[in-house]
Amino acid sequence: MTDSQSSDAFVAFDRVQKSYDGETLVVKDLNLSIPKGEFLTMLGPSGSGKTTCLMMLAGFETATHGKILLDGVSINNIPPHKRGIGMVFQNYALFPHMTVAENLSFPLEVRKIGKSDREAKVKRALDMVQMGNFGGRRPAQLSGGQQQRIALARALVFEPELVLMDEPLGALDKQLREHMQFEITNLAHDLGITTVYVTHDQTEALTMSDRVAVFDDGRIQQIDAPDTLYESPTNSFVAQFIGENNTLSGVVKKMSDGFCQVELDDGEVIDCKAVNVSEVGERTQVSIRPERVEYDKSRLKSGTHTIKAEVLEFVYMGDIFRTKLRVAGNDDFVIKTRNAPDQRRLKPGETIEIGWLPEDCRALDAR
Amino acid sequence: MSDTTQSGPVLAADGTPLKKSLQKALRAQKLRALALVAPLLIFVLVTFIAPIADMLFRSVENQIVSRTLQNTVVALEDWDAEGGEAPGEAVYEALYWDMFLAAEAKEHTRLGTRLNYEQTGVSSLFRGTGRGVDDIGEDQIDALEDLNEAWEEESFWYELMTGGDGAAKDGSQLSAARERLSTLTTDSYRGNVGFEPGAEISALLPRTVSEYATFAVYTVFVEEDVVAEEEPWEAVKVALIEELKAGADLSGYSGPGAEELRAAQEMLADQPDIDYKAAFLKEDKDWGSIPVWQTIKTYSPPFTSGYFLNAVDLQKTVDGVEARPETQQIYIMLFQRTLFMSLVIMGSCILLGYPIAWILANLPVRTANLLLILVLLPFWTSLLVRTSAWKVMLQQQGVINDVLVWLGMVADESRLVMINNQFGTIVAMTHILLPFMILPMYSVMQTIPPTYLRAAKSLGATNWTAFWRVYFPQSVPGIGAGSILVFILAIGYYITPEIVGGTTGTFISNRIAYHISSSLNWGLAAALGSILLAAVLILYWAYDKIVGIDNVKLG
Repeated sequence: MTDSQSSDAFVAFDRVQKSYDGETLVVKDLNLSIPKGEFLTMLGPSGSGKTTCLMMLAGFETATHGKILLDGVSINNIPPHKRGIGMVFQNYALFPHMTVAENLSFPLEVRKIGKSDREAKVKRALDMVQMGNFGGRRPAQLSGGQQQRIALARALVFEPELVLMDEPLGALDKQLREHMQFEITNLAHDLGITTVYVTHDQTEALTMSDRVAVFDDGRIQQIDAPDTLYESPTNSFVAQFIGENNTLSGVVKKMSDGFCQVELDDGEVIDCKAVNVSEVGERTQVSIRPERVEYDKSRLKSGTHTIKAEVLEFVYMGDIFRTKLRVAGNDDFVIKTRNAPDQRRLKPGETIEIGWLPEDCRALDAR
Repeated sequence: MSDTTQSGPVLAADGTPLKKSLQKALRAQKLRALALVAPLLIFVLVTFIAPIADMLFRSVENQIVSRTLQNTVVALEDWDAEGGEAPGEAVYEALYWDMFLAAEAKEHTRLGTRLNYEQTGVSSLFRGTGRGVDDIGEDQIDALEDLNEAWEEESFWYELMTGGDGAAKDGSQLSAARERLSTLTTDSYRGNVGFEPGAEISALLPRTVSEYATFAVYTVFVEEDVVAEEEPWEAVKVALIEELKAGADLSGYSGPGAEELRAAQEMLADQPDIDYKAAFLKEDKDWGSIPVWQTIKTYSPPFTSGYFLNAVDLQKTVDGVEARPETQQIYIMLFQRTLFMSLVIMGSCILLGYPIAWILANLPVRTANLLLILVLLPFWTSLLVRTSAWKVMLQQQGVINDVLVWLGMVADESRLVMINNQFGTIVAMTHILLPFMILPMYSVMQTIPPTYLRAAKSLGATNWTAFWRVYFPQSVPGIGAGSILVFILAIGYYITPEIVGGTTGTFISNRIAYHISSSLNWGLAAALGSILLAAVLILYWAYDKIVGIDNVKLG
């Protein structure tokens, strides 16, 4: 984790650990710094420690060890209500006994802001999420998407510099979710607020974030911009977790200048980019993205090494074809091809030659 | 498919109208549902609705006066209750007929007890008079029997009243007698009497025949004897004497006993009239007391508001409704005390129960279940034991006082009085009713997600503000449900106030129980109970108006 403790960090986790039972660590040695204005997503499977990190930042959980800094000040001992962090909860947590306007007014009232000021701010916040006419409604009278907007407006109405979102779109249907993803990112960038967003949905993470921190087993596995994360995963967990991925296992035979040769389990030798291997003889998992695999000779660079593959299944998905192959003993090797006019449709049982660029084939750790 | 183009009712596949076919399909379901509900419905009707209806009826029912004193009540209608004079001879004569029959049927003591609720002393008046009523007119009866021993013979009387074999009969007096007796005792008097009045004698001596018929019906159905073998009551002879003296025209009479009747009429002409008023006054001078007669007249209608008036410390007099003397006022104070103490108990239950329910709702399930068992533990102990335990704790030589004395906080000679007063009742009942407050609160609080509190805090609210503005309003339905439960249970509580309440800590229900089991004034008990029921319903209605019953949740 290269960027820990940079001096311009707005939010920083410094060697933070968290244990609930005193026996196992839920968060292990977390170092993370978030510059002002960044949209950072914590992505990971459930139980990976991402929500715990968010709760420690919000102040609802205390760190067992380490420091959490906000704008350079340690907030470990500051109670949640004094941190001034806006938060959007998974199920919105709109107060059911208050109207929408009262919900929005609540953070302003506890800050002892005058009535006229309050009303102006509530109105502005409601307009911001295009819910200007809904001030008199109760949360129960709103649809899921509308509640989501109100929850967002409530988290923003007192103008916090940092907003935390805990899987806020989890309860929405796909279309609405995509729309809200777009709105939330726009709003966050327009207002220039720092956002920490927790999700287990990788598409959401990739589309919304400036940077994504991939969590697993209480650690950040990789933290990078979405494109880097997708195209250059640094370990096989990230490669597996982000997007679709083909894995071939083998042993490193030769290493040279950032590249290596890997002998697959069936004896085939391929060229790979050496990402997470250090010595000859080490076991490795080779990761290849399905859309980077070619079987059409004309599209392959001349001299590219090809290997044999047997077509097991062909699925027509409209915009793309998804074909399942058996490659080097792996029955789950998937390739995706664009539905172009000249694209050949493969038939099950057919044997083909497939190939890829050595840069797209990354030798990672064997998990 | 022709369904859409078809005119007329839509038909099912087999040609029957669709509506009919649907009804048929649903009927079985409805019947099944009803059959499942029926046992409980019947049970509730029989054991709950019916007793309540009976209680409401009893609280206004007052037929005993008009049923027992059938003639007197009619005669009293003309009496001016406020005139300051006792009623005239006619009322006393009517009283004689009523009292005589009531004393024979032993109904007069019940009436005496009933009227005693309104006027002290009436019970013994009726009891004493019942014993002596057959002495009235004994001089004249003796004279009659001295004249001819036949007047003591049962067979002679039977012969006289039936008019002999083969004579024309008139059954109207007999059915009137059945009616009179069944009104008095509400028993059934259907069946063969073995006696039917003769038509001629009925026309000649109607009063005598009427009394004899009553005697006959009573003898057959109550005493299970044969009419012809029993000597008639004194009342029959008095009726005969009255009618003979009043100049019954015997000249055309030739039936059985004609000779004896003429001789008797002749003899009786020299005898003095029976003075009923004097006779009753001789039995008991209270018969001349105007308040006694006022009470009888006031309570002669079959329905009365008297019990309800009593239940709110008022009384019914001939002048209308007025307040009871202050020394007799008790019920208003008891109602007020019951309401006040129930509210205090409810309040203490809220104060004690809320934190417990909160902790229960916020603990992990396993621990919460364990604590919940502790909350429910009192339910597994007998109510009597729990209440008695408080007696051990609170009495002057009890555990708490001992500890306080031992600690030196209270001097030995000035031990605290904590039982047999309001304090004891409030403490014991709060303890007993606490689970009824905790359980609904707990189940409501369980449904409030902790994220609300977190959300409030993240929005800048302190712990207190977050609780008061966000958590508390959502827990109000639980408080409402618990309060209604505890309040309604408390307002009708009996055992605990009875044991630890002493004199100052008892409830209205203790008074109701007293009237049910000791004073036997069920009418008043029913009126008090009805008022209690109405009070609960009114409070429930008020709660619905103010808080809204939709706001009550049990989970």
